[in-house]
Amino acid sequence: MQYLVSVISDHDGLATPDEDAAIDVFNDRLVAEGHWVFAGGLAAPSSATVIDNRGEEAMFTDGPFLESKEYLAGFWIIQAADLDVALKLAAAGSKACNRKVEVRPFL
Amino acid sequence: MTVADVTDAITRAHHEEWARVVASLTRRFGDLDVAEEAAAEAFATAVERWPADGVPPNPGAWLTTTANRKAIDRIRRENKRGGKHKEAQLLHDDDPPEPLGAIDDERLRLIFTCCHPALAMETRVALTLRMVGGLTVAEIARAFLVQESAMGQRITRAKTKIKAARIPYRVPAAEDLPARVSGVLAVLYLVFNEGYLATGPDTDPVRHDLTTEAIRLTRLIRALLPADGEVAGLLALMLLTEARRAARVSASGELVPLGEQDRGAWDATLVAEGHRLVRERLAAVAAGGAAPGPYQILAAINAVHTSARDVRDTDWSQVVALYDQLVRLDPSPIVALNRAIAIAELDGPEVALASVDRLRDALGGYHAYHATRADLLRRLGRDQESRAAYDEAIELAGNTAEIAYLTRRRDQLA
Repeated sequence: MQYLVSVISDHDGLATPDEDAAIDVFNDRLVAEGHWVFAGGLAAPSSATVIDNRGEEAMFTDGPFLESKEYLAGFWIIQAADLDVALKLAAAGSKACNRKVEVRPFL
Repeated sequence: MTVADVTDAITRAHHEEWARVVASLTRRFGDLDVAEEAAAEAFATAVERWPADGVPPNPGAWLTTTANRKAIDRIRRENKRGGKHKEAQLLHDDDPPEPLGAIDDERLRLIFTCCHPALAMETRVALTLRMVGGLTVAEIARAFLVQESAMGQRITRAKTKIKAARIPYRVPAAEDLPARVSGVLAVLYLVFNEGYLATGPDTDPVRHDLTTEAIRLTRLIRALLPADGEVAGLLALMLLTEARRAARVSASGELVPLGEQDRGAWDATLVAEGHRLVRERLAAVAAGGAAPGPYQILAAINAVHTSARDVRDTDWSQVVALYDQLVRLDPSPIVALNRAIAIAELDGPEVALASVDRLRDALGGYHAYHATRADLLRRLGRDQESRAAYDEAIELAGNTAEIAYLTRRRDQLA
């Protein structure tokens, strides 16, 4: 079973060196314990471009599709046997990156 | 066997076997929805057949077998429709019944799944009452004053989340057990409290159905986790509270505070059972067991109250000492408020009022804060301030019997 662990940030700025170091340790653990699928940090929401090509012509819009105080700062995709395992890992991930995280199962 | 005997047998089977049937089917088919529906169908079949065929010698086994067949029928139907091949899962439909110990564990799995921390509190309550307690969706909706359709959706959403997010069906590991048990107890205490001080203008002031159900489920957890002190504590707390139910509302429908209750109307059997549990926990702690948690301390406080034949015999210093112990575990303003009520008896209303006034920021929106102040101010002869506090308490209170009591008290002021 795979879960998306979204990192929710409510303040500007990238991870501090301490946070980066803690994230590295957490990532190593994910790999060592067989939970690692993929992870990545994202650039600021202001760097986003929204594309809508449902009509005749592709529309490009500058900026995120939703303006909000909280934004997606990065994510992990983890492999876990069930939600209890995923929640424990997510709790460790939240501690490591020093931000809130949200856990959501893939279909 | 008369019709009444059969009806009794069905009611008893429902109380004793519902959780067992749902739990063993969930285990077998890995699906709460299938288990719930099949269990409900099996009980409906019993209602239809038992009056004519007689009550089977082992109702539990009959219900489990019938529910299993219903579940298999449903899965076959769905497989045919969906063209999926899940037959492998059905190969063992003639399994001998599982030994009792294993099935008891199944009920525990069911309880922990329904009270999983990833579910919202109100969802845990609804799911536990449905899956473990066997209440119908309509009964649960009535209990919490919501539309039946809304309650149905809440339960359906929860089952979907459990499946989609793969909330596990198991008893948590030893290191997680205390936190998870306390989550289960919080659900049961919430059900009990809603019954004991029901909110809403159109409900009875005390909802006997809810308090009884909460006690029944807590007894079940107690049977499954006999060594857990907090489970024993919560059961004792509920019993010692429930024991006072008959004395708690007057003939005219007013709430009667503890100090004014007719103690002869208390249920002596429940008091004795509650006291026995509290003594058992005191002995366990004295023998070097784990320090008591909040439910055990609350039970001990209630044991002190129910030990006094007359309110004037209450050992208030003991009550305050127990509240001091509770404050160290749970520094919440509500505990501080209850401690202040005991302080009023020990050190006088003036000292108590000073403690209560410090809680204004935290509890300004809580009716019991204003009711406590109103009472203390009344005892100090500060009638005008007392009246204002009663007004605020009445404005915020949700229980009809409590509103009646507070209104009379206010109107008795000079």
